[in-house]
Amino acid sequence: MTEFFWPVVIASLIAFAFKIAGFLVPRAILEHDLFKKIIPLLPVGMLSGLIAVQVLAVKQAIVFDGRVAGIVAGIVALIFRAPFIVVVIVAAAVTAIGRAKGYWI
Amino acid sequence: MSKSSNPLSTKRRILRDAIGIGIGVATYGLSFGALGTATGLSLFETQLLSLIMFTGGSQFALVGTFAAGGGAISAISAASLLGVRNLAYAVRNNSLMKPTGIRRIFAAQLTIDESTAMALGHEQGADGVAGAKYAFWATGISVFVFWNIATLLGAVAVQMVGDPNTYGLDAAIGAGFIALLWPQIKTKFAILTSLAGAAVAIAAIPFVQPGIPILLAGFVATLFAWIKAVAND
Repeated sequence: MTEFFWPVVIASLIAFAFKIAGFLVPRAILEHDLFKKIIPLLPVGMLSGLIAVQVLAVKQAIVFDGRVAGIVAGIVALIFRAPFIVVVIVAAAVTAIGRAKGYWI
Repeated sequence: MSKSSNPLSTKRRILRDAIGIGIGVATYGLSFGALGTATGLSLFETQLLSLIMFTGGSQFALVGTFAAGGGAISAISAASLLGVRNLAYAVRNNSLMKPTGIRRIFAAQLTIDESTAMALGHEQGADGVAGAKYAFWATGISVFVFWNIATLLGAVAVQMVGDPNTYGLDAAIGAGFIALLWPQIKTKFAILTSLAGAAVAIAAIPFVQPGIPILLAGFVATLFAWIKAVAND
């Protein structure tokens, strides 16, 4: 046990509390008309935000680096109806090869 | 995407993607394990985070804050801010799967970006809700297993792995989420919501702590859905 033990336990319990709270929302509320319209759209907005942050953020700075090239390549693959695994591999390959050759960081 | 209506091949395809995602995030699990023990956490404490906290961004935030010399309060706050979004995901997964009893606890623990996105990405497929449920469980279990094994390996053999970003895995994860979101953004309204969520998140990056831009994107989506619901009445 180190000095980090209690922060680790507390932060872990908070993380689980968020998750279980969503599963304890009563069915009646989930079946409410307005909720039924909002709930499906919520992850669409949040995952869009997550993607934007993953591609452009370094902590609190906006950085255009090799990630952007990989994402563009991945989107092109999607437009050509490539399956999931291919999209992911294309994105990784473009970013990695460009980094190895020094085109971007 | 799904030309075949054969349920076996659909399940097999979902399973293949789920394992692929598990292997992809495992490379970050190695880094996390290494960072944990290098920062001074015990092997047990590092593993506890992957088992109980089990939400990558928060785990890196907690340990990263300690590594940078931050205190317990700021480390717990940084981790928690990044974990709030799982609450929204959980509400959505709850309404999708309606689990009861012990399954509710497992579903809660496996609610993360990847499992939620896979469920979302397969809801429009030939199998609908059944496919989405299968995608959720397959992805959640795959990521949990690979993430925890990788954490252990990384924690034991600290200097074993290089930077996953050398292999372009940072771009791979972003592209993976786009591929999962893709089938969901076919209507004009969904495209608008997606772009608005991304735009608000980007605009917020310099001004707020990590984690908050994603919550703001969720707020925008809620606002859009609410306005649309009111306008249609």
